[in-house]
Amino acid sequence: MSTLALSTRGLDKSFGSLVVANNIELKLPQGERYALIGPNGAGKTTLINLITGMLEPDKGQIFLGDEDITALKPEDRVKRGLVRTFQINTLFPHLNALEAVTLAVCERRGYAGTWWQKLPAYADAIEEAYAILTSLRLGGSCYRPTHELAYGQQRLLEIALALATRPKVLLLDEPAAGVPQGESAELFSVIANLSRDIAVLFIEHDMNVVFRFANRIIVMVGGRILVEGTPKEIAADARVREVYLGGARHG
Amino acid sequence: MSSTVVADPVVAAPQRYLEAQISWRPVEIAFWLATLLPFVLTPNYLVLASQIAITALFALSLDLILGYAGIVSLGHAAYFGFASYTAGLIAKWGWGEPLTGLVIAAAAAGVLGYVTSFIIARFRHLALIMITLGLGLLLAEAANSASWLTGGADGLQGVRMWKLFGVFEFDLWGKASYTYSLVMLFLMFLVARRLINSPFGLALRGIRENAVRMPAIGAPSPAHIRKVYTIAAVMAGVAGALLAQTTETVSLETLSFQRSADVLVILILGGAGRLYGGIVGAIIYMVARDQFSGINPQYWYFWIGALLVAVVIFLPNGILGGLARLMPSKRGEA
Repeated sequence: MSTLALSTRGLDKSFGSLVVANNIELKLPQGERYALIGPNGAGKTTLINLITGMLEPDKGQIFLGDEDITALKPEDRVKRGLVRTFQINTLFPHLNALEAVTLAVCERRGYAGTWWQKLPAYADAIEEAYAILTSLRLGGSCYRPTHELAYGQQRLLEIALALATRPKVLLLDEPAAGVPQGESAELFSVIANLSRDIAVLFIEHDMNVVFRFANRIIVMVGGRILVEGTPKEIAADARVREVYLGGARHG
Repeated sequence: MSSTVVADPVVAAPQRYLEAQISWRPVEIAFWLATLLPFVLTPNYLVLASQIAITALFALSLDLILGYAGIVSLGHAAYFGFASYTAGLIAKWGWGEPLTGLVIAAAAAGVLGYVTSFIIARFRHLALIMITLGLGLLLAEAANSASWLTGGADGLQGVRMWKLFGVFEFDLWGKASYTYSLVMLFLMFLVARRLINSPFGLALRGIRENAVRMPAIGAPSPAHIRKVYTIAAVMAGVAGALLAQTTETVSLETLSFQRSADVLVILILGGAGRLYGGIVGAIIYMVARDQFSGINPQYWYFWIGALLVAVVIFLPNGILGGLARLMPSKRGEA
């Protein structure tokens, strides 16, 4: 068994009486592609918020490799290689794609605090940003303000921003949300082609995509992990069928 | 695909593209040359011109935090007034050399800015307005009650400046004052211009555009905010010190809510986040005030109010924003 890139131990979170995470034990090995599925309200996005530090767990620990990162601020987790994207575009509307990705690169390289040097002086950061954009086929649109980009391009920019931080673990919250079905496979091929140094956990509703791109699947229901297994195992699992076909308990 | 046919910007090498974004434009050079015109055209208004330069610098400092980092402040006069009193007191206590006094006063404002920035960086939006307002009122009232030091409502008397470089006197005609204020405005403008075109400036725009995304790309927004707030406080401090030194008096008005509100109005009038917005706003506001108060000394704020409403309705991005819309530039500014 390969070493774990990301793991959680006994992660709990409730909002009042609503339990959104119940004893979550997640194990994401290095370089793997895991899908996180489950009905709406199962707590998938909440789990990402907990792991990335945007929510504070009531109990439990989060490990990046061997390091306990439970107490770290979100930006410090990113610095260590734990990065997410957002289900709803969370971009910089009036920055163009080049500026946005260059910003993320500058933050990683420690340039972003420098106020007495011109940005163009950092050719290395700019070239790296441009290379990332080109690799995601955004090079031709990178001088247009983000809010003018086509929706699918904005979804790609979400990923570009995450890649600019050089992640070890990438958490993708419905990367293809809102993208027409035909195009979502294209978007996922980008994800499939990501470096094998990056462990990926993605939330996705389209089962075709999930079965095609995930090595393993985690099914969440009502704030708990119901079952985890290979696509074949999940497809054959009676409980999963019940959740998806027999009407989920409490939606 | 958009239906309108817009010529795509030539796909230049990204570095050259960013270089072109920040290059000096002819209109900027023309603008700065035009700031010399008052010496020739309106030599009787150099005192006003000096006040405009000081106000413009004050507005520029607010633009750094409001226009670029998105921090709304209703108490920016705290740093202006604090430096005014510092500069005034240094001169009153016997050291009337302008430049060193200016540096000390600006540094004092910077220290105050740095200390308060720890509170500022924790809040946003409405809470921030209340906190900056509160800090401003706090300092104004402290200065009022410490009348043994500040002269209270009578203002600080007995400020005597030495000649600038031992040669130029701050007199009633304002030639030295305007020169001094204009040079300082220009130097601070160069600093601000470099700052907004730096990686740090890009990070500030990131905070303004989406504060939620910043931590997710590993950006320490609070640290960025503390830094820009301190720098803006230093700049506001330079403006405050200039006012104290060129008028050789300091009043409580330098710390007042009115001054904080005025500078906000000036910046919005001119256009926030545009670097020149505060300067253009200051020129229009101060000239309008001078003219309107000549016509109708009691009610001139009526006209300022009318001007503000008209600008916000018809030019939501300020006067410069409106101009930029008329003359679409290749720079694609926010």
